[in-house]
Amino acid sequence: MNILVCIKQVPNTMEIKIDPIKNTLIRAGVPSIVNPFDAYALEVAARIKDSKPDTIITVLSMGPEQAKQALKECMAVGADKAFLVSDRAFGGADTLATSYTLAATIRKLEQEEGPFDVIFCGKQAIDGDTAQVGPEIAEHLGIPQITYAIEATMAEDEVIVKRETNEGFEVVAVKIPCLITVTKPQFEPRFPTIKSKLKANRTEIPVIACSDISVDVNLIGLKGSPTKVKKTFTPPQKKGGIIIAEATNLESTEKLYKLLNDANII
Amino acid sequence: MEVKTKDLWVFIEVSEDGNAKNVGLELLNPGKYLAEKQGGKLVAIIVGYKLEKVVKEAIFYGAERVITIDSEEYGRYTTDAYTHAVYELVAKYSPSTMLIGATNQGRDMAPRLACRLKTGLTADCTALGYDEESGNIAWTRPAFGGNLMATIFCPNHRPQLGTVRPGVFKKIEKNEGNIAEVIKEDIRYDVRQLKVRIIEVLKEINDNNIELESAEVIVAGGRGIGGTEGFAPLKELADALGGVVGASRAAVDSGWIGHVHQVGQTGKTVGPKLYIACGISGAIQHTAGITGSDIIVAINKDPDAPIFRIADYGIIGDLKEIVPLLTKMIKENKV
Ligand SMILES: Cc1cc2nc3c(=O)[nH]c(=O)nc-3n(C[C@H](O)[C@H](O)[C@H](O)COP(=O)(O)OP(=O)(O)OC[C@H]3O[C@@H](n4cnc5c(N)ncnc54)[C@H](O)[C@@H]3O)c2cc1C
Ligand SMILES: Nc1ncnc2c1ncn2[C@@H]1O[C@H](COP(=O)(O)O)[C@@H](O)[C@H]1O
Repeated sequence: MNILVCIKQVPNTMEIKIDPIKNTLIRAGVPSIVNPFDAYALEVAARIKDSKPDTIITVLSMGPEQAKQALKECMAVGADKAFLVSDRAFGGADTLATSYTLAATIRKLEQEEGPFDVIFCGKQAIDGDTAQVGPEIAEHLGIPQITYAIEATMAEDEVIVKRETNEGFEVVAVKIPCLITVTKPQFEPRFPTIKSKLKANRTEIPVIACSDISVDVNLIGLKGSPTKVKKTFTPPQKKGGIIIAEATNLESTEKLYKLLNDANII
Repeated sequence: MEVKTKDLWVFIEVSEDGNAKNVGLELLNPGKYLAEKQGGKLVAIIVGYKLEKVVKEAIFYGAERVITIDSEEYGRYTTDAYTHAVYELVAKYSPSTMLIGATNQGRDMAPRLACRLKTGLTADCTALGYDEESGNIAWTRPAFGGNLMATIFCPNHRPQLGTVRPGVFKKIEKNEGNIAEVIKEDIRYDVRQLKVRIIEVLKEINDNNIELESAEVIVAGGRGIGGTEGFAPLKELADALGGVVGASRAAVDSGWIGHVHQVGQTGKTVGPKLYIACGISGAIQHTAGITGSDIIVAINKDPDAPIFRIADYGIIGDLKEIVPLLTKMIKENKV
C-alpha cells in the first residue's frame, strides 16, 4: 500500500485571543500545530499500516519553510517520508489554487514514488475551516472521494470506510485510488517516542518548488485564486451576560424564569 | 465561463424521505433578494427521484422557475452522479450565482462542482450581501473557529458559488397559490461508473424528527448531565418549550445519546432562538456550532466554565435540580 496524507500547519485556534481594544486577532505567540483533523487522518493511515506493514506513508504539506516542523511531527508518529511544497509564487492561494498546486505536486511525487492508492486529508483546516481542499484535490486528480470518514480499513482493491452523515453513519466501499477526508474519530492519534522524535528531527525534508512541478503560473497563488478576501473583522463580542447565583437553586431558577419570561424568550 | 444569464440558483437538497431539506427552502429567501439585485430570476435546482412534492415546495416558498433532473440513479446522493448532473445544468444555462446548503451533502458536492467549473466557492457562509458597485455577491463566513469573520468576493469567475449554513435565514411565508415554470432536464448518469458502493446505512433516530439545524429551541446536555438517563429531564424541558435535545461531543462519545444530536465543529451548526446548555463547559469546538443562537442560557455548577463567557444568562448551580424546576415553572405558567 502506498498512502499519502496531506497535512497543514495551522495556528492553534484554541489559543487565539481577541485584542479587546483594537478588536483584532492576536496571533503573536500562538503556537503552530499540525491541523488536528490531519493528525487524525495520519492516525487512520497508521492503523492501515499496522495491519499491512509493507505500507508506506508519505506526508505532504504546502506552506512556508517552518511547516517542516509539522512534517517532522508526522514523521515521529508513523509517516515514512515527508515533502514540503513551498514557493513564494504559491502565496495567497485560495482552495482552488491550493488544491491545484497540491494535485500537481502529487502527480510529480507519483512519478518518483509510484501511484498512491489512498490520499488522506483532514476534514477541514481549523484556520480556514473550509473543508474544500480535499474534494478539490480529488477532482483535479479525477479520483473518487469519501468525506467525513471516521474509520478506514483495506479489503482487496477497496477501502471500507465508515463515515458520518447528517442522519447518522454509513459504511461504504470505495475503489482505489481514492481520496478520503477524515473527521474526528473515536480514537486519538498515537504518541511519539523519544526515539522516534529524535529520528524525525534529524530527517532532511525535501522542498519542492514551483519550477519542479508542472503548473500554469496563472492558476497558482493569489493570481490563480478566484476568491478574494475583501475584508476581515471580529464578530461583535457578546456583552457580558447576566450571571445568576442566588442562595438556593430554587431562587436562582425563579430568577432565571422571570428574566426569560420578562424578555419574552419563553 | 461566459455569463449568459443573471439568474440566481438555489440548490434544493432532497432528504431521504423525499422532502425538501429546510436549508434549501430557507435559501430561496435571500436568493429572491439577490436575484432581484442581479437582475435575474430565482431558480430552484432539484436533483433526485420522484420530485413532485419537492418541486411544489420550492414553488410555494418562492422559486420563480424550477429545473429538475428526476431519475432513478439520483434516488440516493452520490458525489459523482450529482456533480455530473449539476455541472451539466450549469454548463447549459450559465447562472451567475448558486447557493447550496452547507450540509454534509452540500459540502461534499460543492467543492467538487466548483473545481470542475474552475470557479470560486465560499464555504459555510453566515451572511450574504450584494455589492452594488461591483455586482458581486458579498459572502461572509466565520473562520478560525468563529473568532474571525471574512467577507469574500469572486470577482472574475462565474458562476460564483457558496455554501450557506442551515438556520441562518428564515423561509419566506409559504404561498400555495404561487405558480412557476418547471423545466425537466434529462441528464443521465451511468451508475456502473460509480466507484463507491454503500454497504450499510446506520440511521439514528432523532425523536420528534426535527432537524437540529432548524430547531427554534435546543436544550443541550454535556458530560455534566452524568449519563443516558440525564437526558430525560432535558427532553421534558425541550418538550415544554417545543424544542429538541442537543448534546456535546463528550456526551455523544460517552454513548449517552446519538451522534445526530451533536452540536459543534464536528456536529451540527445550529441557530435557534434559544439554546440552553446544561452541564457543558463551553469548549471552542462546541461553541463554534452555537454562536448563531439568539439567546444562550448556560446551567453549570462551575462559575469559571468558559460557557459563561458567551451566555446571555448564566445560572451557577446544579442542573439536576434546576432543569426540573425550570420545566415545572414553564408548564405551570403556560396554562
Ligand atoms: C477536533 C475536535 C473536534 C471536536 N468537536 C466537538 C464538537 O463538535 N462538539 C463538542 O461539543 N465538542 C467537540 N469537541 C470536544 C470539545 O473539545 C470538548 O471536549 C467537549 O465539548 C466537552 O464536552 P462537555 O462540555 O460536555 O464536557 P466537559 O468539558 O467535561 O464539561 C462538563 C461540564 O459540566 C459541568 N457540570 C458537571 N456536573 C454538573 C451539575 N450537576 N450541574 C451543573 N453543571 C455540571 C462541569 O462544571 C463542566 O463545566 C471536539 C474536540 C476536538 C479535538
Ligand atoms: N497547504 C496545505 N498543505 C497540505 N494540505 C492541505 C493544505 N491546505 C489544506 N490541506 C488539506 O486539505 C484539508 C482541508 O483543508 P481546508 O479546505 O483548508 O479546510 C486539510 O485538512 C488538509 O488535509
